[in-house]
Amino acid sequence: MRTPSRTPDRALLRDAAAIAAAMIAVGASFGAIAIAYGLPTWVPFLMSTAVFAGGAQFLAVGLIAAGNPIAAVFAGLLLNARHLPFGLAVSATVGPRWRDRLIGSHLMTDEVVAFTLAEPDPVRRRRTYWLIGITLFTSWNTGTALGVWLGGATGDPAALGLDAAFPAGLIALILPSLRDRDTRLVALLGAAVAVALTPVLPAGLPVLCALLGLAAVFRPRRRIKTSESPTKTSGTRPEAEDDRRTESEEASC
Amino acid sequence: MLIAAILTLAVGTYTMRLAGVLLRDRLELSDQLQRLLPMAASALLAALATTAALMEGTGFAGIARPAGVLVGALLAWRRAPFVVVVLAAAATAALLRLAGIE
Repeated sequence: MRTPSRTPDRALLRDAAAIAAAMIAVGASFGAIAIAYGLPTWVPFLMSTAVFAGGAQFLAVGLIAAGNPIAAVFAGLLLNARHLPFGLAVSATVGPRWRDRLIGSHLMTDEVVAFTLAEPDPVRRRRTYWLIGITLFTSWNTGTALGVWLGGATGDPAALGLDAAFPAGLIALILPSLRDRDTRLVALLGAAVAVALTPVLPAGLPVLCALLGLAAVFRPRRRIKTSESPTKTSGTRPEAEDDRRTESEEASC
Repeated sequence: MLIAAILTLAVGTYTMRLAGVLLRDRLELSDQLQRLLPMAASALLAALATTAALMEGTGFAGIARPAGVLVGALLAWRRAPFVVVVLAAAATAALLRLAGIE
């Protein structure tokens, strides 16, 4: 057992720096795109500080530029609805104090949640939430300012492969949690549902439908005597015996 | 109109963020349900990562991006450091595009 050190450890700072660099680049492309759409300068700044949700911001500036601000609001809110279950999951980490909750909630993003849940120790977990949250808020807004200032000179994030960097980073962060058999099943089923529904549902809904993956651990409890669950993957849970499960066909929302 | 739209989106997003954090105390959750919360978050993050890796709009994202993500995922599975995962994924996608493979 190691006692938590007073300063954030090197690895966390290094990871924070890596994701900050990527956020600056993507934030710059957001700022540049908003200006290229002919929107006023204050629009990307207000969005990056007050909305602070990358995916929703890209979606919203596109719809606003297309002359449909109401659709921008609805699509953005739909895309951000996942923050409610995220909030339930990280509530204990944010802490009981009102000041922390009011500020900490605004810092909640996919990456912060992923970094936080990847850290098992509660003390370090709390530090991770705030360090990554503040780092991302700062770098996202710095990037936005750079993009507004430099305009088209910021380049295309796809040319740098950043569109591959973010999903890979998320996968790296959730992989440890997938060692738990139930979590793995829920996550894989959820991901499959989301991908299958992406061509047919509006942006945001397919990811929410991933919650249907929870159905995998909700099936009626019955023991199947013939199933000898491999103990190496799930030694920690008392209910590991009833592990034979059928993929539920819940792909309809 | 523009500022109203952006502020509505901002307030709505903040409300959903705060609601989850505050609701957690109000809900009396059984141990079984409490166990589901991190699972739900994992499922959402896995779905985000997978759709972002494979899909562009409503179609497939091509070759370069999924290939980059795959390289990153394999490295993550081999317990490579986070920085290495992210850089390798980006470099793979960027190099494939440089070679003309989208």
